Amino acid sequence: MTGVRIAGTGHTHFGKFPERTARDMFAEASDGAIEDAGIARGEIQELFYGNFMGEVAEDQGHQGPLMAEIAGVHGAATRFESACASSGAAVREAVRNVRNGEVDVMLVGGAERMTNLGTAGATKALSIAADELFEIRAGMSFPGAYALMANAYFEEYGGSREDLAHVAVKNHANALENDYAQLQREITVEEVLEAPPVAEPLGLYDACPISDGASAIVLVSDEYAEEHSLDAPVAITGSGQGGDRMALADREYLARTPAAEDASNEAYADAGIDADDVDVAEVHDCFTIAEVLAIESIGFYEPGEGITAAREGETTADGDRPVNLSGGLKAKGHPVGATGVSQVIEVASLLTGDHLNSDAVPDAETGLVHNAGGTVASTTVHVLEVAK
Amino acid sequence: MSEQTDEGYDEWLEAIAEGEAYAFECPNGHGSLPPRRRCPECGDPELERRDLPDSGTVDTLTTIHVATPDFVDDAPYTVAIVDFGLVRLTGQLRGVEDPEEGIRVAAGVEERETTGDDLLVFRPA
Repeated sequence: MTGVRIAGTGHTHFGKFPERTARDMFAEASDGAIEDAGIARGEIQELFYGNFMGEVAEDQGHQGPLMAEIAGVHGAATRFESACASSGAAVREAVRNVRNGEVDVMLVGGAERMTNLGTAGATKALSIAADELFEIRAGMSFPGAYALMANAYFEEYGGSREDLAHVAVKNHANALENDYAQLQREITVEEVLEAPPVAEPLGLYDACPISDGASAIVLVSDEYAEEHSLDAPVAITGSGQGGDRMALADREYLARTPAAEDASNEAYADAGIDADDVDVAEVHDCFTIAEVLAIESIGFYEPGEGITAAREGETTADGDRPVNLSGGLKAKGHPVGATGVSQVIEVASLLTGDHLNSDAVPDAETGLVHNAGGTVASTTVHVLEVAK
Repeated sequence: MSEQTDEGYDEWLEAIAEGEAYAFECPNGHGSLPPRRRCPECGDPELERRDLPDSGTVDTLTTIHVATPDFVDDAPYTVAIVDFGLVRLTGQLRGVEDPEEGIRVAAGVEERETTGDDLLVFRPA
């Protein structure tokens, strides 16, 4: 089985660009990735592409071949839809494709156009990641579902809104210098606590923004990288995916995310490492509580113990376990189909020292990416390592 | 909303409206809700109807202020997940001033403010 290297990365700014189509944004991201890889466009054999709400936002389904065309790539092209884990799922399948030797060079990416829908339209579009009969008809929204998990967490393990606020403050601080981020603004705990409520206990600043954007990477086999003398120092050494029941009410746990636990255990075993080997992580913080659930599910903390991590300065840039040095979905933005690949790009650049926050993790060799779909009914986890 | 009917679900909601809430149970004791051909836990096709108790316990809840367009005139409203033993149900909690986890509620069917559609509603038992 061959190893898998990241040969090139590219993304657009994340933010509010209602006039930009997904194809326009993906053209920019894929151009960036292919140029960065330094390979001829014709070398790319296949595209795996993540997108969640194309039908709703742009009346455009079947985006795989469309995006291959836009990227100037000939060959098979498939769209992956797994709610907010869409491009994480695309990465996972691409890794398997390269490993099994069928393909040597893959373009993997994602894009999402959301802000043209407005807040109400985007809220509705995101809500359909929940169970239509049993959740949406009860008035569940995406923030509402995470609020149910937050209150279940408080009930079971304790914790407070103030603990959650520290997650938002931390991730905003990490995005301050990131010109690609949507929210480059410092916030305070007081501002988070005083923000208008969205779904109690979550307020406006507990939630990631609605975003437009695209991301892309070129993945190659070890052999291809060596034969073509590519500058591709980061390898994807572990991949895992987990699933859970669709509706929150049908899950065994309301304050834990076993799909992510399964995904990370699989990814750790695949890479031959454990949680203590991870130097830096990007996790799916669509809401502040989501980051808490994520750092527990990937084994950084026992269930019930991750709630104070940001507040205690453990997951901050200068802490022992820095999490979301990019600003996370919370501050960088969350164009849902683009997020999983964007997280991979952030960790790869942190490992090569090219990230604006690389100084926070100067010796980092191992990174982790956690990308969750819906209320974590699907999750992918990837381990990235500097190739020895 | 749409004209589609949901065989199994509509019948189930009607039963709740008549005070005869039920769920399915497979031979291995797993609970599930309609529409269902097999147990989602073990895949067993032998599903028996079981009456649900008259009341359940609120496991978690949230008051939603920013709603989807279908619920915008309902907001703010409280969504709760309620444990009825064999299954948990998700619906809206009404008739409670300071809603909190652990209270006992009964399930019924009421109208949705925005559309007038049927809605699964919990009220204090």
